[in-house]
Amino acid sequence: MQALTLNQKLGRFIVNWVFLMLLWIMFTSTFAAQELIVGGLLTMIISLLSIRLFTCCDLSLLSPVKIFWMVYYFGVFLVALIQANLDVARRVISPSLPINPGVVKFKTKLKTNYSKMVLANSITLTPGTLTIDVVGDTFYIHWIDVQTTDPEKAFTEIAESFEKVLLKIF
Amino acid sequence: MSIMEIIGGILIIIGSIFLFLGALGIYRMPDIYNRLQAGTKATTLGAMSLILGVGFLEPSWMLKSLVLIIFIAYSNPISSHALARATYRRGHYPLILSDDKENMDAYQEVVPHEKEKEEKV
Repeated sequence: MQALTLNQKLGRFIVNWVFLMLLWIMFTSTFAAQELIVGGLLTMIISLLSIRLFTCCDLSLLSPVKIFWMVYYFGVFLVALIQANLDVARRVISPSLPINPGVVKFKTKLKTNYSKMVLANSITLTPGTLTIDVVGDTFYIHWIDVQTTDPEKAFTEIAESFEKVLLKIF
Repeated sequence: MSIMEIIGGILIIIGSIFLFLGALGIYRMPDIYNRLQAGTKATTLGAMSLILGVGFLEPSWMLKSLVLIIFIAYSNPISSHALARATYRRGHYPLILSDDKENMDAYQEVVPHEKEKEEKV
């Protein structure tokens, strides 16, 4: 991992602090002053200690445009998740078990590890696909009903709608 | 019965139906990768819906249940990916039904198949 400049470190620290604080407020479900002070101190210490480990992005992540695309991504993802479940239900219930499994691969344009992780997770939860491994920028996908083994066509089928949005966020 | 309780009850029923379908999928599918497919998707949406339903029944737990949903959506796919990858590297290769056996398994360029193990399985 490359060394971070002071500015990047500060940005990552603030983003981490904001997210941990949100998490704390959701867990305690209260705005009482004592809870907020303890939570603020604890989350500050944790995010100070974990600047190198658990952070993904600096301060630009909190810009309104990116937050809009995050909400949009969540919508796309939710629709795909419900479709995936109906798809699995259809396959499981139908007596002939309509599957044609296989492993396909495709390449992604995403650069950072964190965005690849989000894409891999989304692919696992969308209809008929399961991420087996990510090597560099190549994804290996187990597909329950293989329609094409060509990497580019597989990419359009599986990942294009997610990657378009992810490129705008990360 | 308030409207919140009705919504909560419906969500819990939907969640349990999807969890049941996931279990049925694990029973019916032919090999581990297809079982993981059915298992992961159905348990993710099933558990999310169940927990959201509990949040509606008990409004003071709503925020906590949202945190749980986020963590389930985050960790469930990762665990299934780890299981699939470990299984492949252990030498259990995916079942392929179509005739084009060579091209259907792209992952063998990373982990070459070992012939003896394949026969044993």
